[in-house]
Amino acid sequence: MAIFVDASTKVIVQGLTGGQGKYHGLRNRSYGTQVVGGVTPGKGGTDVEGIPVFDGVADAVASTGATASFVAVPPRAAPAAILEAAAAGISFIVCITEGIPAQDEARTYSTLLRDHPTVRLLGPNCPGIISPGKCNIGITAGEIAQEPSVAGPNVGIVSRSGTLTYQALYELKQRGIGVSTCVGIGGDPVPGTSFIDCLGEFQADPETHAIIMIGEIGGSAEEEAAEFIKANVTKPMSAYIAGVTAPAGKKMGHAGAIVSGGKGTARGKMDALRDAGVRVGQNPTEAGALMAEIVAGLR
Amino acid sequence: MDLFEYQGKQYFSRFDIPVSAGGVALSVDEAVAAADKAGYPVVVKAQVQVGGRGKAGGIKLANDATEVRTHAGSILGMEIKGHVVERVWVEHASDIDEEYYASFTLDRAAKKHLLMLSAKGGVDIEEVAAKDPDAIVKLHVDPVEGLSLEAARRAAVDARIPDKALTGVASILVQLYRCFTEGDCDLAEINPLILKPTGEVHALDAKVSLDVNAEFRHPEWEDFKATEKLDARERLARDKGLQYIGLDGTVGIIANGAGLAMSTLDVVNQVGGSAANFLDIGGGANADLMAGALEVINSDANVRSIFINIFGGITRGEEVAKGIVEALGRVDLRAPIVIRLDGTNAEEGRQILANAGIPESRLVSKPTMLEAAEAAVVIAT
Repeated sequence: MAIFVDASTKVIVQGLTGGQGKYHGLRNRSYGTQVVGGVTPGKGGTDVEGIPVFDGVADAVASTGATASFVAVPPRAAPAAILEAAAAGISFIVCITEGIPAQDEARTYSTLLRDHPTVRLLGPNCPGIISPGKCNIGITAGEIAQEPSVAGPNVGIVSRSGTLTYQALYELKQRGIGVSTCVGIGGDPVPGTSFIDCLGEFQADPETHAIIMIGEIGGSAEEEAAEFIKANVTKPMSAYIAGVTAPAGKKMGHAGAIVSGGKGTARGKMDALRDAGVRVGQNPTEAGALMAEIVAGLR
Repeated sequence: MDLFEYQGKQYFSRFDIPVSAGGVALSVDEAVAAADKAGYPVVVKAQVQVGGRGKAGGIKLANDATEVRTHAGSILGMEIKGHVVERVWVEHASDIDEEYYASFTLDRAAKKHLLMLSAKGGVDIEEVAAKDPDAIVKLHVDPVEGLSLEAARRAAVDARIPDKALTGVASILVQLYRCFTEGDCDLAEINPLILKPTGEVHALDAKVSLDVNAEFRHPEWEDFKATEKLDARERLARDKGLQYIGLDGTVGIIANGAGLAMSTLDVVNQVGGSAANFLDIGGGANADLMAGALEVINSDANVRSIFINIFGGITRGEEVAKGIVEALGRVDLRAPIVIRLDGTNAEEGRQILANAGIPESRLVSKPTMLEAAEAAVVIAT
């Protein structure tokens, strides 16, 4: 088991003929992901290293039976690409595009909710998702992810930040701890998939025995997650929140990472998570070490 | 990108939100010319992106050109909370019967737009929210459905805006919402929104923050960018396409990824140091980017050590190491580097650094983030 994607997931890449789409799409295929097609308007009938390219998502779905899409197109085209995938029957969309205007993101999210309520969007501006050994969609380097063991215990990872997602994968790999699924939800203001969505799935996934959550300053997603954990998550958790020292009013790289009006501080988020029974590390390594303790206790 | 009041008002005008006639001035003469055009009496307002201008003496009423000369002379060059006033906005003074508050933002938790409206404007809205939360009406707006005039009017009734101002307020709300959405704002705020004795409703102030991701469809933002308040380091970083925020510590920071960069600041702080900056070089971390980043850090006189924190994911450790070696050949650094290189092919990367013949007084490699932070802080203090 894993969450959202597994070995049977068939994936198309929207923007497969572009730089990012080609590079990461082929890497995902090398990892073992079933990358069954690509979409680039006007390039239907061609192929990228054997992967057939279609003019539209509907054609690609009809020919390949894909259920997941990897959107790797520039910011101005991404909202339309996401909605095209949803309309064509894709049920899981991963969008790595960085720099989509917040207004477009909010409209896209609301449109999905209204017209395609069962479709799940991961991102935008996220590193993607990897169920180690089964499926990798996005930009994660597969080699730093430890495959889950049949005996367990295995850990689920959910993170708002790209490099810190890799850091978490790496911390676990160095300690020989298997990962069921690692989800990067992205650092934008309106992420399609939230911490809560992932925590709920991990809680229900029999292959996941413990969970690491990596948050950052800004917004209230971590506080909401803490409430959810209190009420719904029984699996042990460790967490790390980046940005303890971030000054107020400055965007720390991600569009969503900003402390404003005294809200969204790392301290507040850490306190909320501790209050929900999560073990909070002061840095990513400490969160990894705490998880190693948790896993040792489960063995 | 935060706008100055005068730019916010110019932006409001594009969306037919009524503002006072006025002009921006960089000198006393320009201020008088703007006042003559706007019609006396006028208000001379310091243009700084910080609250509390009035209390600091940055807003003055002037009845004639002589008074404009006096006030503009004292306000231009004045320092308000560390911000030096370079411009004044001179506008026709308005008679005020009542003051309201209106703003649109994105409520990230609800994933919807949020209207906040209050009949108690003109003061700090955070204070109103703390003391009298019922005085603020909050209305979520679905980004697809938008805001209708009827919904705006109902919100105004709920906020206890008096009957005589309802029509004016509702129509400004619809225009402000258009400005917020079509104008790609992160924040569009009017405080105060005033009711004049004549019955007109009118924006007396403007606080606008623009979403830079939408820059590609707003060529008109060029003028705003020219006046953006960046320090010299931030300007250099922007020219080099780097995500940089200047801080006031002594450890220069370079990391790949926003989260890791934030985390690096935290770890430096945990071991008793303070970061001179936030700098995310992104995924690439090649020689050009690294040289650019080192140049920006080098331009900061406070920097005593440089902590490079790289996690190789897609970017391999040996590529990063080659980038650093090449960059060191191009930039003459004042401060030594402490590097932590981890992730994909980190060992190969460390070998390249070790074999490059860089003296240890200039570059030290540490295996973990914490050890690297400690070493960088020791050098910096």
